[in-house]
Amino acid sequence: MTGKEYRTITDVKGPLVFLNKTEPVAFGEIVTLRLSNGTIKNGQVLDTSDDLVIVQVFEGTAKIDREAGVTFMGDVFKLPVSTDLIGRILDGAGRPRDGGPEIVAEEKADIIGAAINPYSRQSPHDFIQTGISAIDCCTTLVRGQKLPIFSASGLPHNDIALQIARQAKLKGSDEEFIVVFCAMGITAEEYNFFRSDLERTGALENAVLFVNLADDPAVERIITPRLALTAAEYLAFEKDYHVLVIYTDMTNYCDALRQIGAAREEVPGRRGYPGYMYTDLAMLYERAGIVKGKKGSITQFPILTMPGDDITHPIPDLSGYITEGQIVISRELHQQGIYPPINVLPSLSRLMGSCIGADTTREDHKSVSDQMYAGYAQGRELRGLVAIVGEDALNERDKQLLTFSGVFEDKFLRQTRDENRSIEETLDLCWNLLSSIDTKYLVRLDQKWIDKYHPDNRS
Amino acid sequence: MRNEGVIYRISGPVVTATGMNAAMYDVVRVGDEGLMGEVIELHGDKAVIQVYEDTSGMRPGEPVLNTQETLSVSLGPGLLTQIYDGIQRPLPTLEEKMGVFITRGVDADAFDMEKTWTFEPQVAVGDSVSGGQVIGHVQETETIVHKVMALPTVSGVVKSIESGDFNVTQTVCVLEDGTEIQMMQKWPVRTPRPNRQKYAPETPLITGMRILDFLFPLAKGGAAGIPGPFGSGKTVTQQSLAKYSDAQLVVYIGCGERGNEMTEVLEEFPHLIDPNTGKPLMNRTVMIANTSNMPVAAREASVYTGITIAEYFRDMGYDVALMADSTSRWAEAMREISSRLEEMPGEEGYPAYLSSRIAEFYERAGRVETLNGDDGSVTVIGAVSPPGGDISEPVSQGTLRIVKVFWGLDAGLARQRHFPAINWLNSYSLYPQSLDQWFRDNISQDFPEVRTQISGLLQVEAELQEIVQLVGSDALPTDQQLTLEVARMIREYFLQQNGFHEVDAYCDIHLQYQMAKAILTFQESAKSAMAGGALLDDVVNVPSRSDLMRGRFEKGYIDNIEGMVKKMTMEIADTVEEN
Repeated sequence: MTGKEYRTITDVKGPLVFLNKTEPVAFGEIVTLRLSNGTIKNGQVLDTSDDLVIVQVFEGTAKIDREAGVTFMGDVFKLPVSTDLIGRILDGAGRPRDGGPEIVAEEKADIIGAAINPYSRQSPHDFIQTGISAIDCCTTLVRGQKLPIFSASGLPHNDIALQIARQAKLKGSDEEFIVVFCAMGITAEEYNFFRSDLERTGALENAVLFVNLADDPAVERIITPRLALTAAEYLAFEKDYHVLVIYTDMTNYCDALRQIGAAREEVPGRRGYPGYMYTDLAMLYERAGIVKGKKGSITQFPILTMPGDDITHPIPDLSGYITEGQIVISRELHQQGIYPPINVLPSLSRLMGSCIGADTTREDHKSVSDQMYAGYAQGRELRGLVAIVGEDALNERDKQLLTFSGVFEDKFLRQTRDENRSIEETLDLCWNLLSSIDTKYLVRLDQKWIDKYHPDNRS
Repeated sequence: MRNEGVIYRISGPVVTATGMNAAMYDVVRVGDEGLMGEVIELHGDKAVIQVYEDTSGMRPGEPVLNTQETLSVSLGPGLLTQIYDGIQRPLPTLEEKMGVFITRGVDADAFDMEKTWTFEPQVAVGDSVSGGQVIGHVQETETIVHKVMALPTVSGVVKSIESGDFNVTQTVCVLEDGTEIQMMQKWPVRTPRPNRQKYAPETPLITGMRILDFLFPLAKGGAAGIPGPFGSGKTVTQQSLAKYSDAQLVVYIGCGERGNEMTEVLEEFPHLIDPNTGKPLMNRTVMIANTSNMPVAAREASVYTGITIAEYFRDMGYDVALMADSTSRWAEAMREISSRLEEMPGEEGYPAYLSSRIAEFYERAGRVETLNGDDGSVTVIGAVSPPGGDISEPVSQGTLRIVKVFWGLDAGLARQRHFPAINWLNSYSLYPQSLDQWFRDNISQDFPEVRTQISGLLQVEAELQEIVQLVGSDALPTDQQLTLEVARMIREYFLQQNGFHEVDAYCDIHLQYQMAKAILTFQESAKSAMAGGALLDDVVNVPSRSDLMRGRFEKGYIDNIEGMVKKMTMEIADTVEEN
């Protein structure tokens, strides 16, 4: 059926092209459009019937007129995959961007991806040490998890993501991750930052980059993460690699989704985003995990910037309902000059319980983490009270907690961009900081851990 | 009659076909691959079909076959311990057939059609049998007797009845008019199964969670909604209910939720022991898992599949509890399909029929007299995931209008690591009046009064806290400081409960009552000690009180609590003399 060119375009609207009377066209089929000036554009069928076909054009519809020729390629969108992908830089539609040759396909994989049978999944339980204390201690990352960074414009989420990509490893193993990096609508400057950092550390050789920049067609962003995840799935489940997928910025992806929804005149949901955005995001995020009988794994690290720092905005909100926790970056901490400015209070790792303890991290991890969290939460709350009644009005316990909250930020959170703390170092640091509080106030710590790990008892 | 038509249009999960004689809700097989779908709209000769699997690559002109049946589930021995997707395909079988990824066009029987079960007849030749009557028993799992029933539409006189080992499709009973009865029956999921009458619920569903059983009890046959923002513990609460509630059977629907979380349930449940019977929990459980990335139409169907299975067991005279996590994802599936149909939207893009669909679903809960004359119930507990945690949205509101119990999860409490993060100030239950008699008869005569005192203290605390925020707690008179201390005890000792702790996760209802009484006893003795001149600090810090509070994590607490309370009372009385 390929080869037949139609010149039956009736309407062009936003990223969509409508055309009449064709042979039966498959839903999801790939389309090429040849413009009168010779330019070739690509698209995909969004709606098909005997009378009317709607095509979504990835590169934008500029210069498309009714004379443009439309050819249906007879197949749905597929990505050529092979281990040659590793070390390559591709554009948002999967074409080489690094001047290298086309990818020689070992196989062609459907980019939509099939759902993993929940019965065939294996629940994640391998601790990933990121070397960042706030994450390792309080929102522990697990291999096979999807843990987004909720950030906002002007915050150092990219540094954090890169530091994680650099330092992440399984405790007690040298096994490295393959990084699949997916850029959606980020600026060239940000991209260069990522790229040069990956080059500098030699990580680029173990990475696959899919890059759609801010001036690339917005609609292309719809397929970019799907390409990245298809590559990740191939590497993880066919080639046994452990893959870390970083995508940035999900907010641009969702905006592209909204743009298409608007062009199709769909009924919008909250803030104009389409009603199916939850399902659409789930189709991406749920491609993380470990499955029975396969050695590899996919861990996802999506970055999204919350418009107006608003965590109830539909993008972070729907993401939070799908992902297994979130790491929240705080503007307040950033302005105090603390890096990484991770606010542990709203941050959460849902899978943490399955990967910490005597067998994986250390027996006291859970208690220490709870105590650090509780101490900091109470200390922070007291800051509000102190602003009203003054520090003198506090009792001894509250004074200690108040001081602790400051030390927590200064000593525990703060670390340099290349400081790689092992989990033991992190937990020992916690004990050191907690020792500034009278043990009788450390109610979340079991006595047996105090006996064993408290600096007073260790010397 | 032509049953075969052709595809006219494809738009995501919605396919339009022409040329077949379709009726509403007919199940059809779509395309060359024969994907399962359901007719949801008719326009002249055109039938709009929602397809339960991915439609990529399908073309107009491909055939559509009308099976002329409505979407049904298979009911019979073999249901228990199963794990299904939204349209009752067993996930383990799907794994065998197509590997770890769910591709499409695969059919699977709901349970093993070849397996034989030992059928013991409960009627004899010559007996007359009416619709829904139990005709025989099968010991399906260690704990559950599966009662084989005649279809509700069948009645007559038994001509012959077998005894022995049969598979589910073999005829075990024949009536005079020639009707053959097998152990398996089919029932359309969108039609509630009939019963003789609905009763008012009067027995509580004991969940072992203190805040639920004690303050906001749910009745067997009732319906409850659990709304909460992400991270507030909806899923953990639902799972605790599935594990510990004293229903005889549990149907757990994971509707549009996380894959890894579902896997955790699937891995964990087979190893859990039912505290009420001491037998593996899976023996009484049917699971339905349609994660967020599985086809959206099947998600829409999953809640109906679940509730039909629940009703079927109810008809055997069992108390069944159904957990749906989350009904918001179900509502979103409706919204997605509705928007593909280009229907006029109601609030926030949801279809205008949203609230009536929600009401119809919850209305299938209830305590009934079954067609067999037994007492059975279906209790429905639905999680709701309101965007941004704001319950003014349509799904929460549609749910609250119909359920009688509201367990409001609170992000603030979750952030303080107060679990279960159920807000005691805005949650409610409308059942206490009908359940109080049960509590008086079975737990203690003064149970309702104790409850009122506890919740009253929490109310007073909320008011006092507002003052404390402004002036600090030291500025309050000592009697109010004591009230705050008692309320803190209620929160930390009674309301907080560790769902993952071996002992604390399940709290016997009798023990709950004793713990509540212990708090009130503390208040009483502290008051009288302070009236005698004791200092608040001394009273609060008696060592036996922290022993009492910590004791709940130890086994055998129910036997020791009385002694611990006595010791505490004595120590508090002694604080008077110290001064």
